[in-house]
Amino acid sequence: MKSFRSHRGIVATLDRANVDTDQIIPKQFLKSILRTGFGKHLFHDWRYLPDGTPNPELSLNAPRFQGASVLVARNNFGCGSSREHAVWAIQQDGYAVVIAPWQQRGETRVPAFADIFRNNSAKNALLTVELSESEVEEIFQMVDRFPGLAATVDLDHQRVTLHTAEEISFHFEIEPAVKARLVHGLDDIGLTLKQEAAIAAFESRHNPQLAR
Amino acid sequence: MLKTLFQKIWDAHVVTTLPDGTTILYIDRHLVHEVTSPQAFEGLRLTGRTVRRPDLTFATMDHNVPTDDRLVIRDPISKAQIEALETNCKAFGVTLYDLKSDLQGIVHIIGPELGLTLPGTTIVCGDSHTSTHGAFGTLAFGIGTSEVEHVLATQCLPQTKSKTFKVEFTGRPKPPVSAKDLILKLIGTIGTAGGTGYVLEYGGEAIRSLSMEGRMTICNMSIEAGARAGMVAPDDTTFQYIAKGNRPFAPKGAAFDAAVASWKILPTDDGARYDRELTINAAEVAPQVTWGTNPGMVVDVTGKVPEPDRVAGYGRKDVEQALAYMGLTPGTRITDLKLDTVFIGSCTNARIEDLRVAANVFKGRKVAPRVKVLVVPGSQQVRAQAEAEGLDQVFKTAGADWRQSGCSMCLGMNPDQLKPGERCASTSNRNFEGRQGKGGRTHLVSPEMAAAAAIAGHFVDIREWNGR
Repeated sequence: MKSFRSHRGIVATLDRANVDTDQIIPKQFLKSILRTGFGKHLFHDWRYLPDGTPNPELSLNAPRFQGASVLVARNNFGCGSSREHAVWAIQQDGYAVVIAPWQQRGETRVPAFADIFRNNSAKNALLTVELSESEVEEIFQMVDRFPGLAATVDLDHQRVTLHTAEEISFHFEIEPAVKARLVHGLDDIGLTLKQEAAIAAFESRHNPQLAR
Repeated sequence: MLKTLFQKIWDAHVVTTLPDGTTILYIDRHLVHEVTSPQAFEGLRLTGRTVRRPDLTFATMDHNVPTDDRLVIRDPISKAQIEALETNCKAFGVTLYDLKSDLQGIVHIIGPELGLTLPGTTIVCGDSHTSTHGAFGTLAFGIGTSEVEHVLATQCLPQTKSKTFKVEFTGRPKPPVSAKDLILKLIGTIGTAGGTGYVLEYGGEAIRSLSMEGRMTICNMSIEAGARAGMVAPDDTTFQYIAKGNRPFAPKGAAFDAAVASWKILPTDDGARYDRELTINAAEVAPQVTWGTNPGMVVDVTGKVPEPDRVAGYGRKDVEQALAYMGLTPGTRITDLKLDTVFIGSCTNARIEDLRVAANVFKGRKVAPRVKVLVVPGSQQVRAQAEAEGLDQVFKTAGADWRQSGCSMCLGMNPDQLKPGERCASTSNRNFEGRQGKGGRTHLVSPEMAAAAAIAGHFVDIREWNGR
């Protein structure tokens, strides 16, 4: 797997909550049997007018976001379908990081990213960064104020830095095991295969027909 | 230690725990379909790996399948994807229920039918609605293509344990309020991310009184609340379902009795703790209709399209965007919404029981003029059963289209799609923008509600409906 340590790039904002994977990559593009070719179809139905030209209503089509590689959106990003094509499309359109906010609802902290999307991202070294709602709001405001704003996302130090005149930094949390796999670019399947003896031992005592 | 259902199954499937804290979890059944598997098989080829347990891996084709003439696939890209699955299954020795098989169907419908879905086991599939199988007291969840490749190669998955969330449905739903209404009510209550990070366990009198079909409907849509898995403790209803019918992979005779004995210890121990709990009174739940662009945007059928600043859990802008897409004006009564299309199908509501309740509504009535109705059975076995009971004749006489099995208009990867602006009452699971066809407007409802809407031409409160 590719590794991820640090990335610097232009920040693009998508002011949408509950962005589902059907929006990220619509179904008509899931028929491919390849892992490539999804980038130009990212957000297809929002991105293009019926005649195929870019839809100016989608923020990501704005000239100032061209070449952006850090995508910032609102809460519950990547919900819905398990399609990993969503992650491939985001990466193949040039993004290396997605940032979204967790939310406090009563006593519960609601994660920023849907579970399957977050897993799929980790498997492909697309970094998902959870910040608080106020931090994400601050990024939205800074991007509005400073066209072409760049950020550095440093996984080693778990820090997002906005390169404004006076740099603004946010700390983020990540599961240590996920971080280690990303930083070292470890092959997940290879790691599990190293447990062959344990798997074989488990299989010799486990009957998948019965609960145990 | 007192354990929950989830904890018991988890513990029984831990192969080992790595130094970084990751659990290697064993997978008892891996279900595969044509859309999310080709890149995984290709990954095996590129790395020279093989399928570790082809005997625990089962494939079918469902997403791309035409529902009229299923053997004629006009879209060359769909056809190539279906052929890739055939080639991959042959090359790697995986059992495939293809388009010529009487056992083909939507992957989450055929798993239980074939007896592949058993209590206390772990099931994964490259499809988010794998949560369906949790109805049997199974730990079942959707995975991405990289994870599909991982399971093919190792029969295991590296996992971190989810938190547990008990949802207690007290009382009994008042018919014709159904399982679909209960799960939509829950999603409306906790939101589409309310279950993220949790495995849901459903319990209470309402769940105990439900058939397996109803429990599957509920577990199926757990993912729409953000939860990867939903579970129901197995009981006599579960055991009877597994014992009946043609279920080639279910244990038989003495093996079945031994299995039942082991399944009886699965329910959560009295006093075991959950990370979160919620109680909903099922007796007070009304028929539900979604009005927006995700399943949490839902109201009682007696309600109205909401004002943008009056929806708990959604910002004004979220609601305005949803209403604009749906072509709805705040204050409009739900029962005044007129429909162009009605879709009865999907892994949520295309089992025989769903078709029976829909047929009951259609019987002796006609579909409203200009409404197009598609009835798509979840599997070829469901189709055969429905035809044996004469349900197909009821649908056809009423003016509905009776089709062959597949995912169909739930996501429109096949030719069954909404046209831009069409409004659809759908028994499926997602009302996302464009899900059923670009520009299509989806309202999620139960099969009873969908069938009644087809007859009336608009939504009706089936509790008080006069049949016209």
